[in-house]
Amino acid sequence: MKPTDIAAPDYFHKVVDCQWACPAHTPVPEYIRLIAQGRYSDAYMINWKSNVFPGILGRTCDRPCEPACRRGRVEETPVAICRLKRVAADFKDDITHRLPKPSAKNGKRVAFVGGGPASLTVARDLAPLGYHCTVFDGDPEAGGMMRTQIPKFRLPNSVIDEETGYILDLGVEFKGGHRIESMKALLAEKYDAIFVGSGAPRGRELDIPGRKEAAAHVHIGIDWLSSVSFGHTDKIGKRVVVLGGGNTAMDCCRTARRLGGEDVKVVVRSGFEEMKASPWEKEDAIHEDIPILNFLVPVSFIHDNGKLTGITFQKVKAEYDAKGRRNLVPSGEPDQTIECDDVLVAVGQENAFPWIEQDCGIEFDKWHMPKVDPKTFVSTNPKVFFGGDAAFGPKNIIWAVAQGHDAALSIHKLLSGEDITERPLPEVNVSSQKMGIHEWSYDNDISNDKRFKVPHRDKVIALKDIRTEVELGYDVKLALGEAERCLNCDVQTVFSTSLCIECDACVDICPMDCITFTENGEEADLRQRLKAPSLHPDQDLYVSRDLKTGRVMVKDEDVCLHCGLCAERCPTGAWDMQKYLIEMTQAGSSCPTRSRSAA
Amino acid sequence: MTYIAKPKFHHPGLKKNELGYTHRDYEGKISTLCAGCGHDSITASIIEACYELSIEPHRVAKISGIGCSSKTPDYFLGNSHGFNSVHGRMPSVLTGANLANRDLIYLGVSGDGDSASIGFGQFAHSIRRGVNMTYIVENNGVYGLTKGQFSATADRGSKSKKGVTNTDNAIDLVAIALQLGATFVARSFSGDKTQLVPLIAAAIRHKGASFIDVISPCIAFNNHAGSTKSFDYVREHNDAVNRLDVLVGRDPIAVDYAPGTVQMVEQHDGSKIALRKIDADYDPHDRLGAQTFLARHAAKGQIVTGLLYVDPDAEDMHAHLNTVETPLNTLEADTLCPGSAALDKFNASLR
Repeated sequence: MKPTDIAAPDYFHKVVDCQWACPAHTPVPEYIRLIAQGRYSDAYMINWKSNVFPGILGRTCDRPCEPACRRGRVEETPVAICRLKRVAADFKDDITHRLPKPSAKNGKRVAFVGGGPASLTVARDLAPLGYHCTVFDGDPEAGGMMRTQIPKFRLPNSVIDEETGYILDLGVEFKGGHRIESMKALLAEKYDAIFVGSGAPRGRELDIPGRKEAAAHVHIGIDWLSSVSFGHTDKIGKRVVVLGGGNTAMDCCRTARRLGGEDVKVVVRSGFEEMKASPWEKEDAIHEDIPILNFLVPVSFIHDNGKLTGITFQKVKAEYDAKGRRNLVPSGEPDQTIECDDVLVAVGQENAFPWIEQDCGIEFDKWHMPKVDPKTFVSTNPKVFFGGDAAFGPKNIIWAVAQGHDAALSIHKLLSGEDITERPLPEVNVSSQKMGIHEWSYDNDISNDKRFKVPHRDKVIALKDIRTEVELGYDVKLALGEAERCLNCDVQTVFSTSLCIECDACVDICPMDCITFTENGEEADLRQRLKAPSLHPDQDLYVSRDLKTGRVMVKDEDVCLHCGLCAERCPTGAWDMQKYLIEMTQAGSSCPTRSRSAA
Repeated sequence: MTYIAKPKFHHPGLKKNELGYTHRDYEGKISTLCAGCGHDSITASIIEACYELSIEPHRVAKISGIGCSSKTPDYFLGNSHGFNSVHGRMPSVLTGANLANRDLIYLGVSGDGDSASIGFGQFAHSIRRGVNMTYIVENNGVYGLTKGQFSATADRGSKSKKGVTNTDNAIDLVAIALQLGATFVARSFSGDKTQLVPLIAAAIRHKGASFIDVISPCIAFNNHAGSTKSFDYVREHNDAVNRLDVLVGRDPIAVDYAPGTVQMVEQHDGSKIALRKIDADYDPHDRLGAQTFLARHAAKGQIVTGLLYVDPDAEDMHAHLNTVETPLNTLEADTLCPGSAALDKFNASLR
């Protein structure tokens, strides 16, 4: 193998698995260390800069970081990254003085369609640069799906108000209750750029016999949640069936439990494991006495003079073809009927752009989605950008935020007369953590604790009021314990070939047998000759230049604890622990085009 | 010295030996020696050898004297018996322990100060008696704990860190061990685990006095230009006569070497050593030949390493003394004291 180029920005970024997996690339270990130090406001600001909605995401994020967390490969469970984010939001002091100030306007105007996470992210990035941002939303308040679709017992209004408020207070103009009905009309208002962040607002229909006749008791999940959120709906029948296996279905069933549903069931076509809902959301639903029934496909709604009485399901089983694709085929067992008073349909969401006229210069593909460049987020109309669910279909908040940052950068470049396809590299800062012979400026003593559970409110109380938050969040003590579980993967093991005397001290001390000194070879061959077996080929090997004996140092990054013992036991300082802080470039970064240099 | 304990987590794919232990289960406390010390590599090699031989830790007694080397038994086999004795007195404590309980595996860990100076006589007599043990000298040629004075194994003409030339003649412990009748004699280098680990494993399986001299660079005081015990010097002057694999009976390993290059040595307990010859003329069964080979190469400034001499049919001290198979410390009073009738009979025979 060729010697590893640790100066390439991606190499050490990949080692920080959580940050690499996060769409917004939030510097996770950095803020977790600050939480451990009790510096909650600082931890919050790191999050705020990167993911804009720390309090909201700390309760609702889909957490792509956690399955990636190295701790999950070292022991059973990853660090509770998401809930630590909430800790920063819960325990911070007043941070308003640390936010950017509304600046003098630069005369450029940007319009936003929809006031959800994507639009608000773009507005947050652009407003401090002097852009006049106008956000249009059909709902009276900002927040989009975060406000309308996520139940209050998971995300209280106060958190949404606070974090959307930070953005609107930057001088962003919010026009609530003002639904954009025509792109043509909006274009005619001569904005310098338009950002479409209108989400995926249409719940998918379930067109099976009886749907029309039983319509009064069959509700589309996201519309129903929205209606509950605004207080228009405040009760539901005693027996409720929720169709669908995603997170919306979990929100529906738990909401139904709080509005009078006593016998609430979730019915899913697929098996339990393949359900789209996050594991913890399934757990929470089950905890609230909601059974999840699998391998049942709805066939028809049964009704009696327009009154829904139940649903008939066909029983299916999973079969896998030669390519490993799953097919659901009838199991041959008799159909099953489940009696119920109301049905909530949560079988997916769709995009809908009836308000974009065909002659706006915005082209659509065969799936009726706008043609959007996945890097710059520009549509075929160079002044119109898309982001969030509106761009590539339903995903999670954190994706909308990540796309919003990129779109904001594009808009800033466009309106500064620059080429929007030229994307600046991230800013990287490398610094040794050595403070003494065996002292480091981070806590390298590895905690053996298992993941701490987030305390929940008592079920009896929680189910009584739809606005009572179920999760209580970590207290300071639990937060410290959980923060200590973080392995500090951003404190990198950096090897200097010229200093190494091949004494083997690092090999002997490494608790995870990550380091091997051996003859060089092709990657597949080297992976066979490591001191401990290579379990994850997607995890990189760090290979040195040739050493004095002609061998090379090979480190399997996979399960390194970043404990720094290799560097502590190294007599010559050939190993050093260096903090690698990577910040993605956002609109208006001080020197966005300068290429970075590393160790 | 490291303040934190070595993390308990280990690589999820670590192999387990016959007893279900990983090599991590053979560790002791974290080392307090200087960073990069060769002794830590010897510690790691002992751990590896015991893991590979699937030795039950409670079957081992590790005994040492005083010095950097003699601290190391604290860093391996944390679940074994141990005795950190007086300076240079490891061999007599070990001999006594072995006499009392012949069933344990005895690891004597010592250094060049402990064995070639203050304990030279002790070293000599334990070898001479053929105590069944693995005697490892972690040889760095200096007194590390007292800041780097020459030890008795420092080569004449080598230079100290401050530039002073050694004018005394060196003791070659391997030559002495050969002369005193050790039945397993080897030399190795802490920086070459592929050679050292099987040597330790073979020595543990050997029934008799096994002696291994391991050159172990002292990073703090003896790893400079002019030293003959530095990483660079040993790597440049290392003349390995052979490499070996230890094959333990039950689990025969397919040995696939070119014919004529491998010599199989079967030890008393049925374990086999596959010796891959590097020097075609070297015969590890020839004590006299080994002595002259060593002397000749030492004169050329070469450091001969490998398995230098083995007597597969060796006998140990217990055989010489004709002791019973049962460990003496488990013999009860009724066995040890035959009663007054037997005494009377014995006394009568002397009248």
